[in-house]
Amino acid sequence: MYFQPEIETMDREKLRDLQLTRMQESAKNAFDNIEFYRKSFGEAGVTPDDLKSFDDLTKFPFVTKQDMRDAYPFAMFARPMVDVARIHASSGTTGQATVVGHTANDLKHWGECFARGIYMVNGGPQSTLQVSYGYGLFTGGLGAHAGGEAVGCAVIPTSSGNTKRQVQMMRDCKTDILACTPSYALLIADTAIEMGYKPWEEFPISGGIFGAEPASDNMREEIASKLGIQYCDVYGLSEIMGPGVAMECAERHGLHIAEDHFYCEIIDPETLKPVPDGEWGELVITTLTRECCPLIRYRTRDVTRIISEPCACGRTHRKIDKLRGRTDDMLIIRGVNVFPSQIEQVITTFPEVATHYLITLTNKGPLDHVLLQVETEPGFPIDEIRKLEDLKARLGAELKSNLQVSVEIQLVEPKTLERSMGKAKRVIDLREGTHA
Amino acid sequence: MITQLTVFLENSKGRLSDACRVIADGNINMKALFLSDTTDFGVARIFCDTPEKAAGLLNEAGHRAALTSVIAVSVPNEPGGLSKLLQYCDSCDMNIEYGYCFIVDGDRAIDVLKIDSDDAEEKLIEGGFTIVKPEEVYAI
Repeated sequence: MYFQPEIETMDREKLRDLQLTRMQESAKNAFDNIEFYRKSFGEAGVTPDDLKSFDDLTKFPFVTKQDMRDAYPFAMFARPMVDVARIHASSGTTGQATVVGHTANDLKHWGECFARGIYMVNGGPQSTLQVSYGYGLFTGGLGAHAGGEAVGCAVIPTSSGNTKRQVQMMRDCKTDILACTPSYALLIADTAIEMGYKPWEEFPISGGIFGAEPASDNMREEIASKLGIQYCDVYGLSEIMGPGVAMECAERHGLHIAEDHFYCEIIDPETLKPVPDGEWGELVITTLTRECCPLIRYRTRDVTRIISEPCACGRTHRKIDKLRGRTDDMLIIRGVNVFPSQIEQVITTFPEVATHYLITLTNKGPLDHVLLQVETEPGFPIDEIRKLEDLKARLGAELKSNLQVSVEIQLVEPKTLERSMGKAKRVIDLREGTHA
Repeated sequence: MITQLTVFLENSKGRLSDACRVIADGNINMKALFLSDTTDFGVARIFCDTPEKAAGLLNEAGHRAALTSVIAVSVPNEPGGLSKLLQYCDSCDMNIEYGYCFIVDGDRAIDVLKIDSDDAEEKLIEGGFTIVKPEEVYAI
């Protein structure tokens, strides 16, 4: 079942034509109404009239999060306040907040994008949707809410917090679909179990739409099995819209981009050149229909790849793979892109090794050198040197095969590695030269 | 079987000293200490009184310490004392992971062996060897 079958299963040729037409309109909207684009297009020597094919898009300059911060509050608005229906803002924890305006049409499209995901978990007008994302400046709550209303669901706007009440509502109001962050979904599931319920068999819930933060495969499986649901991963970012930019169908192999509203490119974050479909890189999004805040080639910093093979679910919109990390924490080691999360992934497959680790990068020789310091788990037989050396060798081989980069492993004593309640510092880059 | 205190040491300055200081501060007396080293880490194998307490203090102080069961055999302090023991182990097809020896008094030596076999101690007793009991070692 599709929410908008004529769009979601549109012939690819037609969809491409629609994208190009809308992209031209979007570039014109940005250029005509926002000073920033007149300046940046001018510096790149292009005007919207130069956008005759998708290839032409690569001549256009990128927009970054910093550009949006610099535009605080309204310099990136293409519409006067009379046309603005709502304002969202991202948290300013990493810098100046970014403010994004939405017209009534923008909000309508947003609801429709999210609504497609509700159908992906077999929802419909008969469904009860519980929105346990926070409501407010954060786009999660109102975005999911709009999706539920677009479908015609019974929406329960619990927002986040008061977890026992969340469980009670979920049970008593017979929630079919839960929308929230993965970590909150897990907390709700665990709270229900602590309260003595078996939500996977006692609760009617059958679907969950979770996003806005990373979740490992194990965590997804845990949520799905504890709640007894189909897990739908949702991608979105407040600069672009909010949750619903891409959503995962029942095939569980990537998230369908709402391609009628967004054009996605994957670029190599070093060369800034597009890479072929299937290769990993940074996701760059051009909005096609956003009226208030059109973005042309917005660098999301999120790392993924395009999955262009047809999907068994029948939707023709291409997919992005599950996010692998952010270019902000990407390391370029001897020309290879490496994410700390990949190293962590390998470490977690070794039960003998504790999850505290420290990566130190140096380049005293001609090549970058990677040192990974780890501890053994308390139960490891440290008296046998053979076993310690064997562990080092196996971990090194596994990292080499996963990362394509040699890593020197050093086993250290627990006190060598920093313990932290919050985000521990996992990477120290001591390389000299051009590395950031 | 007797309990050996094992301490993992990364190969950087002052680690052994630091570990020994923790043991000393706990007022624990070491009877013997053997070091094995590789290019980037070392392992200290220690006989001391109250090995459990020592391991607890070391782990609290951020070291990696563990308790390991090893076999201590009392052999005569004379030529061939160790050799006979090893020949016997070999004849029983016992594989020795590591070992070390120290002399207790003029007459006896203690050979410590880590053997990957559950019935090693029984076999050694069958072979007529004298297994040292924990209290005997800690009381040395």
